[in-house]
Amino acid sequence: MKYVDEYRDPKVIGGLARELARSVDPARTYRIMEVCGGHTHAIYRHGLRDVLPANIELVHGPGCPVCVLPTGRVDDGLDIAARDDVILTCFGDMMRVPGTKGTPLELKARGADIRMVYSPLDALRIAEQNPQKHVCFFAIGFETTAPSTALTILRAHALEIRNFSVFSNHVTIVPAMKAILDSPDMRIDAFVGPGHVSTVTGCRPYAFIASDYGKPVVVSGFEPADILESILMILRQLHAGESKVENQYRRIVPWEGNPPALRAMARIFELRPYFEWRGLGFISQSALALKPEVAAFDAERVFAIPGVRVTDPRGAQCGEVLKGVLKPPQCKLFGTECDPEHPIGALMVSSEGACAAHYRYAVHAQAVEA
Amino acid sequence: MCLAIPGQIAELVPDNALLARVNVGGVYRNVNIGLLEDGDVSPGDWILIHVGFALSKIDETQAHDQLRMLRAMGEDELAIDEVRGYSFAESAGDSG
Repeated sequence: MKYVDEYRDPKVIGGLARELARSVDPARTYRIMEVCGGHTHAIYRHGLRDVLPANIELVHGPGCPVCVLPTGRVDDGLDIAARDDVILTCFGDMMRVPGTKGTPLELKARGADIRMVYSPLDALRIAEQNPQKHVCFFAIGFETTAPSTALTILRAHALEIRNFSVFSNHVTIVPAMKAILDSPDMRIDAFVGPGHVSTVTGCRPYAFIASDYGKPVVVSGFEPADILESILMILRQLHAGESKVENQYRRIVPWEGNPPALRAMARIFELRPYFEWRGLGFISQSALALKPEVAAFDAERVFAIPGVRVTDPRGAQCGEVLKGVLKPPQCKLFGTECDPEHPIGALMVSSEGACAAHYRYAVHAQAVEA
Repeated sequence: MCLAIPGQIAELVPDNALLARVNVGGVYRNVNIGLLEDGDVSPGDWILIHVGFALSKIDETQAHDQLRMLRAMGEDELAIDEVRGYSFAESAGDSG
């Protein structure tokens, strides 16, 4: 509860918590997946688990880009970086994600030219400044980030920059939600829908989850009150026997999304037939590749990358945790061989990963209290 | 990864329709406004920024909400670091 005090109005939290306690049916359990890693982080940081009735179980979803990136794709990116004439650029989140031969940070220490950037446009600028080198941007992220990569490629095209490419690992969230619903070992009653992804996609893409699968989806903001209110909206739907898409985050998320961003994505990207997600396996039409028209900027065509499938490190159970089958501390390596200082699996790297969040807020907090 | 940073437009960059100079907690940087509808923003407007791009236009109350949320998440310093790190358009007329 200690983090909740930082919120603007603890009374609002208290009121919502009491209403949740009144609303739950004690005779049943609720399994609600928060899809977005930002929500996972917020739930742990604000101690929301302690505020919720015990029969509401929150299942942490796949909405953490570095967490769902399979090791083989990390290896592919690092294979590109190993070439003498290449500068590989990536976001800070990627720098500590382990591949088979180490993390990007470790490869950089061994001499590879790998640079962290805050924007794909920074990668493009590095290409302009280093005409004798090829600059590849290791692109990750959901629909929040993919439009920025798309505009950067359009910019590179307009400026006729020839020494720049993108290694696209962009993924789309809705096919992953469908895969989770289709998975026999997962029973989810409803979804807390992603916030900033929905700023781009809008709420419409979730409609089939409500209509075809009969599961409520409530797009949510990131403050504690937002998340609690979204869960309350889900309970109301479940108790009324309804399933619809609702938008709790109306102040930021337009129902129709961001049309120019969607247009930019449509100009540059096409859906891959299938793509591997860590833990979830191959999901059809779940990732974005560059269209043939911009093949000159597609690192997968510019370079012969190995494309080898790599299994998770021995003993690591990232997949089970990602699917919500195991809780983070139930993994054999959690807190022993795998911790935020020495992550073995990607879920321990990002603050949005369920394992890193659990380690930082649940385990560490207990240690401090003890 | 998907968190967005609020900022206020200080000016539209002359001669480059894609860039606006933005104030994020006292740090001024150019960001790309190509993901917004043409003519959607003017000086004084608030926007949400993600990896160097304006993702959406918001109002001032929403901007303060967003900033408080980042603070509560312990990510406000990271957000400022990110904005400070944008180097793609240090001077007007650079590629953006």
